[in-house]
Amino acid sequence: MKKYIATRITTMLGVLMITLLITIALVGSNMDVILKQGIIFQVRSEITENPAIAQSFSSVDEFDEFIQNQIDQRIQVLGLDEPWYSPQRIGVTMYKIMLLDFGNATFLTSDKGSSDVKDILFEKLPRTVLLFTTATIITSIIGIFLGAFSSNKIGSKIDRITSSFAIISSSFPVWWIGMLMIFLFSFTWQIFPARATPDIPSSDPVYLVSLLYHMALPLITIVIIGFGSWAYLVRNFMVGIMQEDFITAKKTIGVKQKKIIYTHALKNAAPPIVTILALSLSGSLGGAIITEAVFDWPGMGRLYFEAITVMDLPVIIGATYLLTVFFLISIFIADLLYGYFDPRVRTGQ
Amino acid sequence: MSSITPHEIKQEFIKSRMGIVGITILSILVITSVIAIISIPIETFQEWNNPGNWISNPKVAIPVWVNMFMVEKIPEHKILENPNIEKTSVDGINLTSHHFGLNFNYDDFPNDFIYEFSSEYSGSPLLQMSVIRPDGIKLDLIITSLPYSDGKTVHSERIFSTDDSIKKNLFLQSEKFKFVFERQSAEDIVFSKIDTNKPLKGNYIFTIDMYGVNSDTEIHETKLIIGGKAFGIMGTDELRRDLAIGLLWGTPLALFIGLVVSIASVVTGLLYGVYAGYKGKKTDETMMRFNDVIYALPALPFLIILSVTISNSIFVMVGFLMIFGWVGIAKVSRSMSLQIKTRGYIDAAIMMGQKDSKIVLKHIIPQLLPYAFASIAISVPAAITTEAGLSFLGLGDPLFPTWGQILHDANTFGAAARGMWWWIMPPGIMIAITGLSFVFIGNALDAIINPKLKR
Repeated sequence: MKKYIATRITTMLGVLMITLLITIALVGSNMDVILKQGIIFQVRSEITENPAIAQSFSSVDEFDEFIQNQIDQRIQVLGLDEPWYSPQRIGVTMYKIMLLDFGNATFLTSDKGSSDVKDILFEKLPRTVLLFTTATIITSIIGIFLGAFSSNKIGSKIDRITSSFAIISSSFPVWWIGMLMIFLFSFTWQIFPARATPDIPSSDPVYLVSLLYHMALPLITIVIIGFGSWAYLVRNFMVGIMQEDFITAKKTIGVKQKKIIYTHALKNAAPPIVTILALSLSGSLGGAIITEAVFDWPGMGRLYFEAITVMDLPVIIGATYLLTVFFLISIFIADLLYGYFDPRVRTGQ
Repeated sequence: MSSITPHEIKQEFIKSRMGIVGITILSILVITSVIAIISIPIETFQEWNNPGNWISNPKVAIPVWVNMFMVEKIPEHKILENPNIEKTSVDGINLTSHHFGLNFNYDDFPNDFIYEFSSEYSGSPLLQMSVIRPDGIKLDLIITSLPYSDGKTVHSERIFSTDDSIKKNLFLQSEKFKFVFERQSAEDIVFSKIDTNKPLKGNYIFTIDMYGVNSDTEIHETKLIIGGKAFGIMGTDELRRDLAIGLLWGTPLALFIGLVVSIASVVTGLLYGVYAGYKGKKTDETMMRFNDVIYALPALPFLIILSVTISNSIFVMVGFLMIFGWVGIAKVSRSMSLQIKTRGYIDAAIMMGQKDSKIVLKHIIPQLLPYAFASIAISVPAAITTEAGLSFLGLGDPLFPTWGQILHDANTFGAAARGMWWWIMPPGIMIAITGLSFVFIGNALDAIINPKLKR
């Protein structure tokens, strides 16, 4: 078991490093260009603010040379004279990121006005948790019970409805259903607000109520789209287990069908179900970029999208890092749980 | 995992109702794609994002067929191109008259009207536009002279109903109406009843008179557009684009993206997984660790970064989608090949000294083919929805607009808030139907391969 965990952790760290490297490689050259432009702009504005500097030169060439020198100096101080792929710079960047030091955002700020990427990220995270983790929990509870119920009556009307609903709902994009829900319930019948961000300050006592009210539409959408596939998954696990010998044995002894399903079979279907639950719970922390964009939910997903549209690189790198960490932790937990429930995995047979 | 012959699969598949429905939908989609490719040249389609190409269509027009269910008929968009032409000549002045007849039978005013022409003349001819209404009243709309030219010249122009002089002329004739003009636009007055400001049904005749001193005044192109609020089978969007064209062309694109991505990822994953499983030991370990790395990359964030920084061309995007597509398949086919490896005939083949590549391709892969076909079908919808999602975020290929991009535009222009269901519903339904057809086929195949699930 120890060896198993050790290999897993090493792989995880390796993956994390590779992800970071790829991200930096993808945005690195753009980042340099933007930083250099920033320096040039800074130097020029300093000179225009202080006309005395310009007057102290006799010729235009000399003046230009001075400006160029200033720019070069600052570039050198920041280490930008080396390309972004030099080992030294990548090392420094990675080291900083490992310590959760993402630097300052170029354009975006948190609601409180801080431009520290860490502040921005940790402000958005709880909101995503509120919406997506709640949705995942509701979805899985409905799904598990519906799945167990329909596996009890295979081929019945409920089973067929659940299965076809699962298949149909999984081929609709969630965000499109979201658009449709907004169209129907915010504009045609004005029941829920269209934008998911409450418009009152967070210090207001009614804020929580307002937030829950604004959360209703996205929550309903995610649950509607999600529970079908959960139910289908659970049903299929159960169907598999119901064909095992020990269930047949129980049946022959004369144990009631209901008892078999809800105690014996469900218990045996637990490993894959718990694993998937762990995966989707931690996966929900990252939110869903497109769904949040549709509902204008101020969480991680929308932050990521905003950062991409304005190319706010520190935020992109920070968010990618955080998302990857969550994703890896979830895979890790899922792996451990699976190994715990199913010893065959551990020994690698 | 028991061996099923292709013939048996075919037999079972024909019996499966789901599979038949899937195949039927898919063939309809394929036929639609063929129609789209034949009837709408790709050059036209690539002009999708060029507003100039769509200028003669109406803005946000509802589909025409909605009128069938409406008591109050919505005015349809009409482009009148073949007027009655009359030519007379009195005292050296030539008069060319174009008469456009219009049968207006709707319960709402049109959006606007535009007269579009190009004429060849010398000097400075006079252009006069007037309309004779069903009740016999004649309204003068505009009198204008075309720019002076010494020699022969060709002049094209559009006269819009929003033109100030049309408005002024109508106000000068306000005594013909019994209601007070307030802020009505020109079309609201021209098509109005006398006593109240409600649309007047009947036959209208728009006349354009061109007076020229020389005999060589000619109108080449002449077109009167009555801007309606209903257009085409699928309506139009904010940028006047005909949504039917976008939806039609979206079909081959979606099928292309879905099929190429899924086939390529399944083939890659299958070969990778089977080889790793067959080789075992160190090779297996290394290959699976690499697989883990790709599996652990968050797909959507990376797809977004890739499309922003590298390229948003549709072909490159297909490649990106493949990077994340093959991983799961590789895992499953590895474990399947681990099972097959232990069978006697593989041992026999090894003893006979057959090459590894031959064993993998001839003895293991054929066993996995049913599974491969099912996974191809099942992974198509994911590829299509992922591409649609990226396009929805505005990261799509502007040269090949997909359904996702139509939805992106709908979202940007607030279609939901403005009740423009014809802009939101069809693209999403198309995405879902395309996905469903493949899911049906995949599930039908899956049920045949894993008979356990049927019970």
